[in-house]
Amino acid sequence: MSTRPNWFGRGWLAAGYFFLYIPIVLLIVFSFNESRQDVVWRGFTLNWYRALIDDKEIIEGAILSLKIAFLTGILSVILGTFAAFVLVRYKRFLGRTAFSGMVNAPLVMPEVIVGLSLLLLLVSLQNTAAFSWLNRGMFTILIGHALLGMAYATVVVQSRLQEMDRSIEEAAMDLGCRPGQVFFLVTLPNITQALMSAFLLTFTISLDDVVISQLLSGPGSSTMPIVIFSRARLGLDPRVNAVATITIVVVTIAVIASSLYLARSERRRQKEISAAFSAEAAS
Amino acid sequence: MNKLLARLMPNNPGRAVVIGVPYLWLVLFFLLPFLIVLKISVSEMNVGQPPFKPLTEMVDNFLNIRVYLGNFISLFDVANDDLYARTYLSSLKYAAWTTIFCLVIGFPFAYFMARARPTIRPALLMLVMMPFWTSFLLRVYAWKAILTTNGVFNQILIGLGIIGEPLHMLHTPFSLMIGMVYVYLPFMILPLYANLVKLDGRLLEAAADLGATPWQRFWLVTVPLSKSGIIAGSMLVFIPCVGEFVIPELLGGPETLMIGRVLWDELFSNNDWPRAAAVAVVTILLIIVPLAIFNKYQAESQGERT
Amino acid sequence: MSESSSGTAASAPAAAGGANKTAADARFLRIENLVKEFDSVVAVDKVSIDIRKGEIFALLGSSGCGKSTLLRMLAGFETPTSGRILLDGRDIAQIPPYERPINMMFQSYALFPHLSVWDNVAFGLRRAGLPKDQVADQVEKMLGLVQLKQFAKRKPHQLSGGQQQRVALARSLAKRPQLLLLDEPLGALDKKLRERTQLELVGIIESVGVTCVMVTHDQEEAMTMASRIAIMSEGRILQIGAPAEIYETPNCRFVADFIGNVNLFKGKVVEDAADHVIVDTPECRHYVGHGITGTEGMEVSVAIRPEKIRITRERPGGAHDGFNCVEAEVADLAYLGSYTIYHLKLATGLLVKASIASVERLPDWQPTWGDKVFASWDEYAMVVLTQ
Repeated sequence: MSTRPNWFGRGWLAAGYFFLYIPIVLLIVFSFNESRQDVVWRGFTLNWYRALIDDKEIIEGAILSLKIAFLTGILSVILGTFAAFVLVRYKRFLGRTAFSGMVNAPLVMPEVIVGLSLLLLLVSLQNTAAFSWLNRGMFTILIGHALLGMAYATVVVQSRLQEMDRSIEEAAMDLGCRPGQVFFLVTLPNITQALMSAFLLTFTISLDDVVISQLLSGPGSSTMPIVIFSRARLGLDPRVNAVATITIVVVTIAVIASSLYLARSERRRQKEISAAFSAEAAS
Repeated sequence: MNKLLARLMPNNPGRAVVIGVPYLWLVLFFLLPFLIVLKISVSEMNVGQPPFKPLTEMVDNFLNIRVYLGNFISLFDVANDDLYARTYLSSLKYAAWTTIFCLVIGFPFAYFMARARPTIRPALLMLVMMPFWTSFLLRVYAWKAILTTNGVFNQILIGLGIIGEPLHMLHTPFSLMIGMVYVYLPFMILPLYANLVKLDGRLLEAAADLGATPWQRFWLVTVPLSKSGIIAGSMLVFIPCVGEFVIPELLGGPETLMIGRVLWDELFSNNDWPRAAAVAVVTILLIIVPLAIFNKYQAESQGERT
Repeated sequence: MSESSSGTAASAPAAAGGANKTAADARFLRIENLVKEFDSVVAVDKVSIDIRKGEIFALLGSSGCGKSTLLRMLAGFETPTSGRILLDGRDIAQIPPYERPINMMFQSYALFPHLSVWDNVAFGLRRAGLPKDQVADQVEKMLGLVQLKQFAKRKPHQLSGGQQQRVALARSLAKRPQLLLLDEPLGALDKKLRERTQLELVGIIESVGVTCVMVTHDQEEAMTMASRIAIMSEGRILQIGAPAEIYETPNCRFVADFIGNVNLFKGKVVEDAADHVIVDTPECRHYVGHGITGTEGMEVSVAIRPEKIRITRERPGGAHDGFNCVEAEVADLAYLGSYTIYHLKLATGLLVKASIASVERLPDWQPTWGDKVFASWDEYAMVVLTQ
């Protein structure tokens, strides 16, 4: 049956992709525009990229953002792996329903509310003697991002753990591994790819987050999205376009390269499998 | 083996640590903050630090607990101030419209993607996911340049001779809707695609064999079978839209009331923390309802399958 | 039931030293009243088996009969609700899997995907803390045993199904376990490969001399590989015996039906003598050439294997004229190469299956659809089932 998209289908797809990509394309184009204020093309320039070098606010924000994103990635993956392991392996313990509810809640809660609740916790803690030293800054942003990141990391690791053949863990026990050894010698090596994608995902989420960062940031701890957001609120700034272009180029290359790599290694794997079986059929 | 572990090592310290670490984290940074929000939502506002009055007081050696429901009452005191009621309604309205637009654009999109040649499907899928990896904030910001008064969209419309004077588009419900649909469209497309790509082509052939026209095949076979994808996509769009803050802040105008913004203003401009907390509590309740329906549906459809 | 095996063990004279050792060997693995309940569902119900040292013992049953649960209790992945598992006299029921001198070959093979063949085989030896050179020696020996030396560096996914199975075997034998468990050892292989591998596997296990308990749902596999078979159903053991014993003298209707095909005639014992029995069924009178433990008037089933039925055009005469013979019509037939299977419809409506080997085909006459024929069998072809 001819179910391939006809001219209408192709047109719909083209229009859809146009809608998805035109803002990104224009964002990049205007980073090279000479005009400062308006969005009329006035000629090619690299001024905005040069201006970035002297833009301490953005540079410092970017460094802080990368630091937080990196730590968020690590913390989220560790917590998410713990949580995923608990959800997949321990079917019965006190408060399991509450646990799975709390793990998943940040996925559906508006970020404003997640941020607000952490902010109120922070303020309440500051009013106690023991935590009066606690100030808003990198540490508090990290906590907020890791709370969100943990939820995403859990979903990723959980699905990998669920599809993993449990019998290899039993085999490890059968061959003399204690439960702890089973995890490090067998389980962990077999979920590394999921841990990597969970890290990348939570890293990007952290790098991109405005709301929680803004609510939990203090003086001198403005992440890059906070800087961009405050400038975007005021109006248009070609330096933001320049930053955008750089991040888009870096991320695009990384994503395309990694998915090509994954696709290739999967293809090679499939080829090896079919080679092994055809050798058997021939014997 | 779960049971084995549970029974084999009832006092297993490893298990206690594995459960304990994430549990403690969640109690500390999710449950406790949430309880504090609840507590503050029933406190009275205080000028000074902290900006709310304590709930408990020692009066003559008696513990006095004062629960103040004024914050909640004022939210729905329509006669006095209907800002909050209007904001909740308008948040729901914008979220609903965004969901509808995403579905209308996204369903045919996902359908045609799923019908494309299998060799190009991964590339098409990749193209939908790419924007996810690009900063959400920057993509919203990009629309400012397109929709502003001397922006690209107006320039094109004038260039084509459709309008003479530039239209005021930024900071209107129009720009808000564009931004929301733009950001959430992939969230609709992906679950729909995942569902439609699994649709067995032989079912359509069977329907055709039994005399269904293409239009009937679409409505009587394709749509009912993609119900779970439609529901999942709609939830993924609707729920975050209700509490959206960045898009209304950057693209919305003064008349586009959204709950996220109002909450933010209570917190930072009015410094009315108890009321902000009350707004948050009501918002959570608003989100829980569709979520509960969704979970129930999922549990039922899973029950049907097994 | 289990009387046959435990009976020999109990009757062994305890005094003589040599006999003592034989007795200990006869119950090298002793399973006593083992029970496993999952949330009040009984998966394994009071199972007792004695397994001899060095034998290959098969647990045979359909899925859900409890055989896998039983095996997992032997491996240590499930803890028995009650009962004992004695391995060489030591109760191991409460010992965790990583401390048992037992290794298992998993149905899915459960090879570690991230490790090479060599490292898979070495895994257990390393956990045991063996020095490097001993690990290497043993791995080489094991890979030699399964003829996979040239594949040592490959990852599991680079191997065919048959090779993976051999790696799994080498890995489970590497630690020289006292007991080897095989969970559907050939279940993941296709039919042709399975037949070839069955005897290969037996050869390797016997050359190592390890005691082996296997679980399978495939009766052919069990009969080819095992020296003794236990038939399981609904958590219970119905019969234990050598393959021929189980096939020729099933002790109940379930076993008769489960192993191969069988025709059952339901009726009553009308004459119960020491050397013969006569059973009346609506279809015919059966003269059974051996005594049974039963009484006159008892309700029984007479079981006859299809290959023991003869088909003739004329009523056959013989020693027990009038017995063991029915008139029938050929309702259906299927020619299957080495034999032909006939479905014969009796006057009572009962369908009787008869298979005639192709070497017995008569040149002048083959029964065909609609033919009126006589089906007969001799007095030793029958088993009388009392339950």
